[in-house]
Amino acid sequence: MERNMSLHKVPMPSQDPQERIGNFQEVALGYTQEMAMQEAARCLSCRHRPCVEGCPVRIDIPGFISQIARGNMEEAYLILNRDSALPAVCGRVCPQESQCEQKCVRAVKGEAVAIGRLERYAADWYRHSACEVPPRPQPNGHKVAVVGAGPGGLTAAGELARMGYAVTVFEALHLPGGVLSYGIPEFRLPKDIVMDEVEALRRLGVEIRLNTVIGKTLTVDELLQRFEAVFIASGAGLPRFMGIPGETLKGVYSANEYLTRINLMKAYQEDASTPVMRGHHVAVVGGGNVAMDAARCARRLGAQEVSIVYRRSMKELPARQEEVHHAQEEGIIFRMLTNPVRVLGDDKGWVRGLECVRMTLGEPDATGRRRPVEQPGSNHELSADVVIIAIGTSSNPLIRLTTPGLETDRRGGIVVTGPEGLTSRDRVYAGGDVVTGSATVIQAMGAGKDAARAIDRMIRAGQAPDETMI
Amino acid sequence: MYTIIAKTPLSHNVSRMEILAPPVARKALPGQFVILRAMEHSERIPLTVHDVNTQSGTVSMVYQVVGAGTRELDSLKAGDSLHDFVGPLGMPTRTEGLQKVCVIGGGVGCASAYPVARSLHEQGCQVHTIAGFRSREFVILEEEFSRVSDLLKVMTDDGSYGEHGMVTDALRALIEAGHRYDQVIAIGPLVMMKFVSLLTKEHGIKTVVSMNPIMVDGTGMCGGCRLTVGGQIKFACVDGPDFDGHQVDFDEVISRSRMYEEFEKREREENCRLFRQEVQ
Ligand SMILES: Cc1cc2nc3c(=O)[nH]c(=O)nc-3n(C[C@H](O)[C@H](O)[C@H](O)COP(=O)(O)OP(=O)(O)OC[C@H]3O[C@@H](n4cnc5c(N)ncnc54)[C@H](O)[C@@H]3O)c2cc1C
Ligand SMILES: Cc1cc2nc3c(=O)[nH]c(=O)nc-3n(C[C@H](O)[C@H](O)[C@H](O)COP(=O)(O)OP(=O)(O)OC[C@H]3O[C@@H](n4cnc5c(N)ncnc54)[C@H](O)[C@@H]3O)c2cc1C
Ligand code: SF4
Ligand code: SF4
Ligand code: FES
Repeated sequence: MERNMSLHKVPMPSQDPQERIGNFQEVALGYTQEMAMQEAARCLSCRHRPCVEGCPVRIDIPGFISQIARGNMEEAYLILNRDSALPAVCGRVCPQESQCEQKCVRAVKGEAVAIGRLERYAADWYRHSACEVPPRPQPNGHKVAVVGAGPGGLTAAGELARMGYAVTVFEALHLPGGVLSYGIPEFRLPKDIVMDEVEALRRLGVEIRLNTVIGKTLTVDELLQRFEAVFIASGAGLPRFMGIPGETLKGVYSANEYLTRINLMKAYQEDASTPVMRGHHVAVVGGGNVAMDAARCARRLGAQEVSIVYRRSMKELPARQEEVHHAQEEGIIFRMLTNPVRVLGDDKGWVRGLECVRMTLGEPDATGRRRPVEQPGSNHELSADVVIIAIGTSSNPLIRLTTPGLETDRRGGIVVTGPEGLTSRDRVYAGGDVVTGSATVIQAMGAGKDAARAIDRMIRAGQAPDETMI
Repeated sequence: MYTIIAKTPLSHNVSRMEILAPPVARKALPGQFVILRAMEHSERIPLTVHDVNTQSGTVSMVYQVVGAGTRELDSLKAGDSLHDFVGPLGMPTRTEGLQKVCVIGGGVGCASAYPVARSLHEQGCQVHTIAGFRSREFVILEEEFSRVSDLLKVMTDDGSYGEHGMVTDALRALIEAGHRYDQVIAIGPLVMMKFVSLLTKEHGIKTVVSMNPIMVDGTGMCGGCRLTVGGQIKFACVDGPDFDGHQVDFDEVISRSRMYEEFEKREREENCRLFRQEVQ
């Protein structure tokens, strides 16, 4: 096999920017087999495997890539699937540049191996090929409850089901998937993929109970009467607002609401029954993936001008590089070092703009990023008929307030005692965004996996299965 | 699937629907609400819990047909099923320890006020109820209220039934007649709750209102239901729906509730057009 010493990744075919801003179909189209094999040939199969260190779930990266290089796609998929339940998702949404690809030796000179794109290729290949359905595991007679059907909960459910546990996932919304369903838009992560993964879990015997809010419909203590352990992966929680005047004007959205209307309730489709405002001038406040998604949705809903308003500089943008790049191609304007101080309204209560100030970067703060400092007298107006606030979340109180003895931190996040997710309550585990605050899909999955193993150990160390539970 | 056990018209555009949902029935308390979706592609509609039957595991709501979503709900009949039904959501109304309360319902809000009045009555609290309607044909639940109220005043805007006037007229009269209430609980149109709160503020009577801003998830995820209470942002679906009426910024809520007026009008017309086609 010929090694490919090109300094550049094999480019990803993608929809033309002018065309894609008129639809919600996937932007990145995926490698062909030839492209995948060509890119796979850039991997040096390093002995010391630095890339693996960068992956939160320690996927055997050189292992699966070398299978792709040889054209053994099914083997490649099986290697991925050993450590990740959702490779088709992670290949698309992981911030690879700060994880696996950051550590790749090829990045020292040139671009890293396109690990994410290859992961996506192998996972898509598997989805499209009629591979054998794995046999349903032998039940072991134990029952575990999972709260939340996002990536954290689904991963834990899958792990436990494969070990033979009877798993029930309780989900508040009418669809499973968590952020994968209501947050990340179709053009970045087609919902079919999420639903296929959920179907695969159902085939493993996982029961998903939708429309059930833990803390309301049932409490954690009630779950503990019926299940031997509970894993809580209820996500990041309530959207934060800036606390500036005008945030309740008509036309001001939290990114969560805006994206939920579009993704979960399909407001982008002409015949949808849930409305969303289609603005002409849309301002999105924030610089993460959530902000990019909101901005790119706004563009697709027909806004002429969409800008990202962020108080630091391009260098500090926390969003995935690829999203920033795609957003730029789509004509999104990046107003950096700009901070809103007031949302401006008209006399009918509709938003008409943002009053902003310019910022400069001062000394590094506790997070190591340079602190933005306001430039006095730099107030200026930005016109906007829709303003979307994407500045993060704070914890949701529903579970905290109804689970006595469950320790939470200052932010309201659930406190766990170690990497395995045990909380201050016996038999109750937690992981994902509800513990860490907004993080990444793969980190939530890693937490789900660790907790599943810890739950298995805890249950196996306990007494034999209670007959009534079988 | 959540089966519709019964559907009973209460007035020409208001009906009661009883749904089989045992887990919700086990938990629901007065003041809480559910969110339902009639069909797979329907909007999520929040409705207050009107009654529960823990024995049969059913939950009843009373809804008024106002737009496309509620019309779609209304197209279903007993024996059909709702696609989604989740609850109980929000915090229950606090009724403990009250001695004398004036419960005020406006229009379809009476359906939400009734379980509160009944619960107060069952706890031995003295209950005065004022139920206001536009006119005679909109009057609902009069008999139910009379059973749990020590005093009931039915008001109509046009005087076609009960007493002529607004609920605030009746409340003012009762206060002036010397009744001292621990609390007023008002549930109804935003404008009604606003004016009740203004009146009780003058008299220094604690007032609880049940807010119904536009909601999506109802679990504290989207932030769409936010309103300003005492200068702070609150989420009606997790912190409410009950709030101190003297602290709520009503004008803001009223303005926000009109955010989708244009869209709703279009939907309603579209829906009527389809409906007419079907009938023809
Ligand atoms: C718009 C957006 C874009 C993002 N883009 C990326 C990206 O490109 N790459 C990346 O790696 N990460 C991204 N993230 C972050 C990532 O999605 C999250 O870190 C991840 O989804 C967390 O997974 P989770 O399982 O902890 O929670 P979630 O995905 O939030 O799932 C939690 C689930 O629990 C349910 N739930 C909540 N409370 C209850 C309750 N009381 N009872 C029952 N169910 C409940 C919720 O409805 C939800 O379905 C993005 C996030 C957003 C919002
Ligand atoms: C906590 C709560 C409890 C409620 N209880 C009842 C009840 O017991 N009986 C009853 O008849 N109605 C109740 N409502 C109002 C009911 O939810 C709306 O009338 C319904 O959603 C309108 O839908 P539509 O598509 O038919 O009308 P649309 O044409 O869409 O709208 C008509 C009106 O309803 C309001 N509305 C629209 N969508 C929503 C939404 N998703 N959430 C809230 N309001 C909305 C709009 O502001 C508008 O004024 C309650 C609302 C809330 C938030
Ligand atoms: S799961 Fe994410 S971090 Fe791990 S190898 Fe795949 S793309 Fe990289
Ligand atoms: S570091 Fe890069 S080149 Fe080395 S094994 Fe990993 S992906 Fe291949
Ligand atoms: S309805 Fe979404 S947060 Fe209240």
